[in-house]
Parts: sequence; C-alpha cells; structure tokens
Amino acid sequence: MLSRVAERIYWQARYLERAENTARLLNVFSTLLLDLPPGTKLGWHSLVEITGTDQIFDAKYKQASERNVMRFLLCDNPGGSLLDMLANTRENARTTREIMPLEAFEQINDLYHFAKGNLKSGVDRGSRHQLLEEIISKCQEISGLMAGSMSRGEAYSFVRIGRSLERADMATRVVDVGSGNLLPDLSLGSVPPESYEPYENTLWMNILHSLTAYQMYRQNVKHRVNGEDVVTFLLQDEDFPRAATHALTTISHVLKKLPNDTKVAKQVNRALRFVQNGDIKKLLRSGLLEHLDSLQVEIANIHQSVADTWFLPNK
Amino acid sequence: MRANWKTYNPGHFFDEIISSPGYARKPARRLASYLRSLTHEDLQQKKLAAELAIKTMGISFTVYSDAGNIDREWPFDIIPRIIAEKEWDHTSLGLQQRLQALNCFINDVYNDQKIFKDKLIPKELVLDSANFRKQCMGINPRYGVWAHVCGTDLIKGGDGQFYVLEDNLRVPSGVSYMLENRRVTKRVFPELFENHAIRPITEYPAQLFDTLAAISPRQSDYPKVVVLTPGIFNSAYFEHSFLAQRMGAEVVEGGDLVVEKDKVYMRTIDGLSQVDVIYRRIDDMFLDPSVFNKESVLGVSGLFNAWKKGNVGLANAPGAGVADDKIIYTYVPQMIKYYLGEEPILPNVPSYLCVDKVQRQHVLENLDKLVVKPANESGGYGMLIGPQASKRELAEFKRRIKADPRNYMAQPLISLSTVPILGDRVVEPRHVDLRPFVLQADKSYVTAGGLTRVAMVKGSYIVNSSQGGGSKDTWIVGDN
Repeated sequence: MLSRVAERIYWQARYLERAENTARLLNVFSTLLLDLPPGTKLGWHSLVEITGTDQIFDAKYKQASERNVMRFLLCDNPGGSLLDMLANTRENARTTREIMPLEAFEQINDLYHFAKGNLKSGVDRGSRHQLLEEIISKCQEISGLMAGSMSRGEAYSFVRIGRSLERADMATRVVDVGSGNLLPDLSLGSVPPESYEPYENTLWMNILHSLTAYQMYRQNVKHRVNGEDVVTFLLQDEDFPRAATHALTTISHVLKKLPNDTKVAKQVNRALRFVQNGDIKKLLRSGLLEHLDSLQVEIANIHQSVADTWFLPNK
Repeated sequence: MRANWKTYNPGHFFDEIISSPGYARKPARRLASYLRSLTHEDLQQKKLAAELAIKTMGISFTVYSDAGNIDREWPFDIIPRIIAEKEWDHTSLGLQQRLQALNCFINDVYNDQKIFKDKLIPKELVLDSANFRKQCMGINPRYGVWAHVCGTDLIKGGDGQFYVLEDNLRVPSGVSYMLENRRVTKRVFPELFENHAIRPITEYPAQLFDTLAAISPRQSDYPKVVVLTPGIFNSAYFEHSFLAQRMGAEVVEGGDLVVEKDKVYMRTIDGLSQVDVIYRRIDDMFLDPSVFNKESVLGVSGLFNAWKKGNVGLANAPGAGVADDKIIYTYVPQMIKYYLGEEPILPNVPSYLCVDKVQRQHVLENLDKLVVKPANESGGYGMLIGPQASKRELAEFKRRIKADPRNYMAQPLISLSTVPILGDRVVEPRHVDLRPFVLQADKSYVTAGGLTRVAMVKGSYIVNSSQGGGSKDTWIVGDN
C-alpha cells in the first residue's frame, strides 16, 4: 500500500471521528449549560478550551457569547470548525476512492453537502439539537458502512488507528475539562458550598454523555456518578470503546497487521502503561492536570511514530 | 418529445443517421425505428435514468475555472451514434498506419534525422517546435515507439468521409468517458443490445495494460505498472483513477516516487518498491525538475535518467509531443509515404502553413472563411473560427499571425457532420467529432469507435467538454 494512501485514509478516519465527537460535545454542552446555575465559571468559553482553539477564538471575538462560540465552532474557524472537519474528511476520501467502498465516498460527500447547507442554522439554539443529532447519525452510518464492507487488511487498519487515536485524545480532553478547570470555579462562584453536589453530579453525567458513556458507565460502575469513578472509567476502562485504555489497546492489536510496526508498538505500549498506572484517587487530589498533559503528549507521540514509520516524509 | 424523423432537419450538413427526411441510413435503421416507437414519457424517463446513472456512478469531470464546485457531472446524450462496421475497419487501419508513421518520425527526429537530410520537412520547423526536447537526442526506446497511446481526432465532412483533424500524442484523455458512456447506455437501452451486433469496447483497460507491460524493462508476468497523476485537482483525475482501478495499477503522485541509482521506486508502508512502467498523465515539462521545468513539484527528480538508462518504461515517452504540433501535422501524409512506403488511408483536413509566404498571404486574405489554430494549444483554446469571428478578433489574429507565423496554421471550416440529440422537446441535429484511441508497442490496437463529442449548442462547432460540449456512446454496428 502506498504511503500517501495510508496517510489519507488515516486522516479521513480521524477527521470523521473528530467531527462526530465535536458534534456530540456541542450538543451535550448546550444542554448542560442550561442546567448550571448562573455564576458558575463553566461557560461557553469552556467549549473552545476543550477543543484547544481558545487562542484563535479570543483573537477573533470579543465576547464568548453562545452565538459567537457556536458560529466559531460550527463554521467559522478555518481548519478547525465542524464544517472544515467534514470538508477534510471528504478531501481525504476523494483521493482514496480506489480503496474505499464506493458508497462510503458517496455518503461522505452527501454529509459534507448537508453540513454546508445547514450548519449555520445550528447557531440558533432552537434548531441546534436536531441538526447535531443528524450529523452524528450520518457519521455513524459511514463508520458502520466501512466496518461492514472493508476487509480487515492494511487500509482498514489505518482507519482504526486514526479513529482510536482520536477517541483517546477526546477522552483526555473531556476529563481535563471536568476535573481540572471547572470544579474549583464552581466553588468560587456565587453558589453556596452545600449546593455543589447536584451540580457536580450534573456535570459528570454530562461528561459521560459527551462520550456516549453514560449507559455503559451505569451498567458497569454500580455506584452513583462521582468524579473519581468517571475519570477512572474514561481513562482506564478496558471494554468501553471511547475510554482511552480501550482505544490504545485497539491500536496495539491493529498494529500486528502492518509491516515494520516495532517502533509504533513500543510507543503505544508506553502510552498504555502510562494511562493504566495512573492512581486516579491520588491524582484527583493533586496532579491530574499534569498527568493529562503528559498523556496528551504520549498520544501525540503515537501519531508522530505512525507518520515517521508509514507516511511520506515531509518535504 | 417524440423522435419524428420527418421533421428532423440537418439542413445542408451530412447527417449520420438520416439520409433524407423520414429515411434512415442502413446501419441506423433499427435504432431510428425503435426511437420513433417510443412515447414522450418513455424518452423522458430514459433521459432521467441516464442522468441518475451518471450521478450514482460518480462520472464527473473538472473545470478549472469553476472554483468551489470543481467536479461536474458528465454531460451525456442518450441517443447512440452509429458507424458501420466496414467503414470502421477501414478507418481503424488508417489510424494504425498513421501512428506507426508518427512513431517512425519521432524516432528519426531524435536519432538519425534522415527526414531532414532528405529534405522532406525543413529541420528548423521541427527543432523550433515547443514540444521538441533536445534532452531526448540519441535515445532509442523499445520497438522504436515513443507514442504508445494516441487520441486521434476525426471529423466527418460534407462528403461523409472521415478526416484527421489532429493527433494527440502527449497525454490524450477521454477514454474513461468512452467506457462509461457505454455502461450508461446499457442501463438505459438494454433492449437495443439484444437486436444489434454492437462491438464491445470493455477490453480497452486490458489492452492498455498489455501495451504498458510490453515496455517493462524487467520481463516478468506481473510488471509493476503505475499511473502518474498531477493529483486530484487535474481535470482528468477521474480518468486516472478509473484506468488505474481497471488495470489493477496504483495511482501515484510525484511525491510517491523516488529515484535511487537510476531506478524508480514508490514509497509504500513496507518501504520502497520498484516500479517498472509509468503511464504518466503529466506533461513533459513537469516530469522531472532536474531535466525540465525546475519549478515543478509534480514530477520526480531523476526520472528522466532512469528512463534514458532503460530502467523504467515511460508512456508516452518524453518528447513524443514533437509530432503532435499542428504544423508537423500537415506533413503526416508525406511521412506515411516516406517511412512506410504506403498511401495514406485517412486524409488530413487541407491546411495552410502561415510560415510559408504564399500560403500565409492566402490565409491573411481569407481569414473570415478559415479556422486558425496555434501550433501547440489543445482543448480548443486559442483558436479563431473565421466565419463566426468579430472584426476585432480578425484584426487581432492578423496581428498575431504576422508576429509569429511559425505558430499558426489555417484550415477551411469543414461542415462537420451531424447526429440527432434528444433536445428538450424534439430530436435535433448537432455537430460531432470522434476521438478513437490507438495503442502501439509490440503490436497495435484501435478502440471500436471512440469518444464521440457533441456540440450541445445549436449550430456550434465547439465540442470540448470544458467549453459546453457533451458526449455520446458510439456503436460500431454490423450489416445485419
């Protein structure tokens, strides 16, 4: 398989997964913010922080209002908006048409045109939910189609690596938001301390929702929703597909299908050990943010070693 | 919408289906009476079926100037064009003869230059051509063949004869549309295929693969053949990907290839893998920045030398375009006699060379009756159609011809033949040309028919898809 084709198929899968995750994130946060009391610091700006685009946003907009944030994340951030993620999915798919199922390209093409015509309407709260639900379900349709019709050879291995890396990345970002930035701010707000609890619950429940993890969490973790269990579940669960540990384990299995995988496998195992060895209870008291930062670096290093090993060298 | 052949009126043009009002030519009789039997609703429904098939099959082409939505669906007319088998067999021989002579000429230009010594063609005329590559001097590719794939443009004049309009020897495109047109027609008119003996065309990709495999330097059963594309933004990308898929070859871009020790490799996830033959769909000048255009990012550094040393096959060979210059075109009938000792089977369109003083005078005096073409443009760009031009355009061309006579030739405006298309309300005549594809390596091959291009606008002669032309399926049909 050509290195260039491997690279494009990998990015196609990453962008598709990223688009789905972003759509879900926006959807969940739109509902979550309605539940939180005024005075909490968790606000629309948190959304641009999660997606790591706060600097670009701040340079562009004076105010982190709901409309501004939504416009920015949906369609007004070149290269980083939901629309551009779908455009990138399509561009990468267009150049790998020969090896993907024909219908997959057609659906990706449709999805892009649908998003192009409709994403702006998501700036309004009234139509946002339905729009994002539709994007999510179309993304899942495409992933399902590829899962159902592509042989488990080299091409599909790159799809899975791209998708899993994106999932691991998203899990760490979401945990980052839930644990680090926002809870202390809750206590600094105008809310009296004894009333934290319901909001803390709401927050963690929504964090789970943003990774479609709520039901699986309830079935597997029998306690009530609490920070420590949620963080443990999202980082260390071996069976939930969007948990960091599961995603990284998937990559290490997939690698066996590919030639010259030693270097990449080493890096994946490093990241895996790192995430599994974290003592969440202790980290929650102090050091979780630094831990998550290091985990992000480990994940970025996996991408780097994949690129070094299989993709075209940079010119 | 009904196919009423009595009111169908091609005027004074030669129509390929109808000989006089209400009467179809013999090979087209079945088709004409079948079309007449269809109701307005039938035809409407078939037209929609074709549009849908084209959309779902993803047949598209790209227009450079259309920023934004670059992929357009392929414009297609459902009524097939009919050519009699006998006529085609004769034409096909003429096409093979022509390509053989052209390849002899190219090989001669880059080696012995006998044709100059024998004073058949002025040397300067060839060496001044923008497509002459001095780097190719002394190279002798296998079988003496430089142009392995040729798209020859044919037109039918008022006498119903095929004439050669031009030879495309660089990177001719359109063959994928020829194949897709047939697939669409099969979906739309399956019933017609039962009653006609229509020559199949599907073998083209296999024939192309054999031609390419024949020039592989490593003789093996499975030479590694790749299609080199400038990339997704090229107007013919659909075709590059299509042909690669049908041949079981990889589509590669310049960045996928690397030359080491004069051998060409592609970068795969399993390391470097040697390439035997490159079907290149990028221009000479962009092939190798170390030899041609230094700015090129599309090509591969070192590729030219690898080819020169015989370590990789290149189709078409660099420099082959020297024979597809429109000035050189006028000499092809003489070349056929000179190299093959045969009479040309297919005639050229009569032409005037502006570089010749007497002929130039004739051109300048009759500009409003002639078609003027620059030597090296393709796709219908930079042309003047005298009878349809404004005074300003005529004056502008006069100036250009005087300034650079070597770059221009002129031909009388041939009354292109017509075929029926399905208009919005009625069946109407439109002008067409034909591009068959000719292959040559150890043996020759000609497609059964080719790509028929139609000027969809009433009265227009412009058939190029980039300028509003459409296309049709082309049937080579037996007598019974």
